Amino acid sequence: MSSSLNRAPTSAAMVEPPLVRWILIVTALIFLTLFLFAPLAAVFYEALRKGIGVYLAAIADPYALAAIRLTLVSTAIAVPLNMVFGVAAAWAIAKFEFRGKSVLITLIDLPFAVSPVIAGLIYVLLFGAQGWLGPWLSAHDVKIIFAVPGIVLATVFVTVPFIARELIPLMQAQGADEEEAALVLGASGWLTFWRITLPNIRWGLLYGVVLCTARAMGEFGAVSVVSGHIRGLTNTLPLHVEILYNEYQFAAAFACASLLTLLALVILAFKTLIERHAFQQRRAALASSEVS
Amino acid sequence: MSIEIQGLHKRFGTFVALDGIDLNVPPGQLVALLGPSGCGKTTLLRIIAGLETADRGRVLFDGNDATRRHVQERGVGFVFQHYALFQHMTVFENVAFGLRVRPRAVRPTETAIRDKVSALLGLVQMDWLANRYPSQLSGGQRQRIALARALAVEPQVLLLDEPFGALDTKVRKELRRWLRRLHDELHITSVFVTHDQEEALEVADQIVVMNHGRIEQIGSPQEVYDVPATPFVYQFLGNINLFHSRVHAGWARVGGLRVQVPEYGDTEHVPAMAYVRPHDIDLLREPEDEDTALTATVSRVSQLGSLVRLELVQRPSGEIAEVEMTRERYAADPLRIGDLVFVKPRQARVFLHDRLVVVPLVHWHGDGDGI
Repeated sequence: MSSSLNRAPTSAAMVEPPLVRWILIVTALIFLTLFLFAPLAAVFYEALRKGIGVYLAAIADPYALAAIRLTLVSTAIAVPLNMVFGVAAAWAIAKFEFRGKSVLITLIDLPFAVSPVIAGLIYVLLFGAQGWLGPWLSAHDVKIIFAVPGIVLATVFVTVPFIARELIPLMQAQGADEEEAALVLGASGWLTFWRITLPNIRWGLLYGVVLCTARAMGEFGAVSVVSGHIRGLTNTLPLHVEILYNEYQFAAAFACASLLTLLALVILAFKTLIERHAFQQRRAALASSEVS
Repeated sequence: MSIEIQGLHKRFGTFVALDGIDLNVPPGQLVALLGPSGCGKTTLLRIIAGLETADRGRVLFDGNDATRRHVQERGVGFVFQHYALFQHMTVFENVAFGLRVRPRAVRPTETAIRDKVSALLGLVQMDWLANRYPSQLSGGQRQRIALARALAVEPQVLLLDEPFGALDTKVRKELRRWLRRLHDELHITSVFVTHDQEEALEVADQIVVMNHGRIEQIGSPQEVYDVPATPFVYQFLGNINLFHSRVHAGWARVGGLRVQVPEYGDTEHVPAMAYVRPHDIDLLREPEDEDTALTATVSRVSQLGSLVRLELVQRPSGEIAEVEMTRERYAADPLRIGDLVFVKPRQARVFLHDRLVVVPLVHWHGDGDGI
């Protein structure tokens, strides 16, 4: 089954003439070279241009390390939060009928539609010093904007759709039959979730987590608005890259950028690994639901 | 365990799924809920299981009210149309699931679970597949495993929702015989939902015919087939031909046949409909007497294994009727396409117009007005 997964249709009617095939392939290659491979190579070339010493120094810089730490921390908070929210939302949408379901689906998609900068501004308007809750927050000595909580909030906001979007179609295709079977057999709701629902969505969930992680680490716009760019305190890695670049420290900027790029490549590898399983799971669910 | 249903109502939005259901399932019986799709049969089954809650009415198990009992505590076995096997577990673990999720205090030991599952897999003749995954099994095998899984928790009631609906005809026939045998061994009170009249007639002790959220008739397979209580039941169980007729003083006439309808004893010349099964019709070359005035031409002859089905076009209206006869009977006097025949029902059931349903399958303007 897995071997037939990525196979394109090979019927005679679907085979293009050689010329067309060549044009298509060359176009795709030129495009990829221009927009993907060249920038990728440029990042590493620029990063290492002044030697490995400068490269390592740029990364070992305390501000850079602080930025890495903050990026990892906000990712480590945002991803689990979105996991819980994504599973809960997908569960509710896929397995139950309720009023306002379509509103909920639209709301989940909102962060995709809204510019990240706007997302950041919303939090400034809400929690900032001049914002609605600002006076109350400062009275209680809680700092959200220009502090770590704001960065986490902004990251969570922009990454909300990733896991839920991945799980909703999967769970909808799977239906509630297996859960009902487990309940009839005497399993509690909690047991049913752990033993039936979660194993059934594990690959889709993992896939969503990987996408969510990539986005959480790379987020710039929303975080930039709420961060305040305090070096060593509220700078994430993407923000740190920007600051270095603006200060004409190109080698250091590209060194940090190369770190982000490496992370992205690792995630991409993960994604490819998981993708097969995730799509198999989806196909299996679709195949079993098509019977009806 | 007996099941008693009292005054069950259920609606989904504006759609009335169940409209006042009263039903008694005696202990140890195998009962079929039969009806077209959307008649509420699956909803009824799911309410008995506790997967759905009724708006009104009660469900009693052995006389005890189970209406508010949660699905986990009802002690029922449920078999789904699409098996609902746990995809990520082996056949063995699927069957063992119901035992493993019990609270620690009442959970059997690992050895006991092993013995029990092996015994059940033996019962459904699948012990050699214990380590396979559901995706590696055929539909028929999956449904047997689903049944073994349902039986593992020793349910007092077994509920089956179109258990053979997703299988092909041959496997379906085999499995329903096997289900009947299994039921005769275990004597567990069972209710199964089907829209296949043949399945219901073959397997069930009692058939509950449902339509539009109501029960049309409850009876043994023979009762519902031979003495349908309503036009709907007549139409739903087997093919029929409809003849216009008239009832007068407890008698109706259909073709050359006089039918006694004592329940309409005090009616006078009321238009009625006569329902005749395709195999309850004789075709004559010559009229017997002046009553046999239904004439038709043969428009089609199909050989269906042991049966021969003839399609007739009535003269002069041009409407179609179906007649079935055995191969031998047909061979004695083979009718050809275009032959003129006289139609004489051997048996008919007559319903007055006000009890008619709106969906006649084959409509025949007979000579009922001659009464």
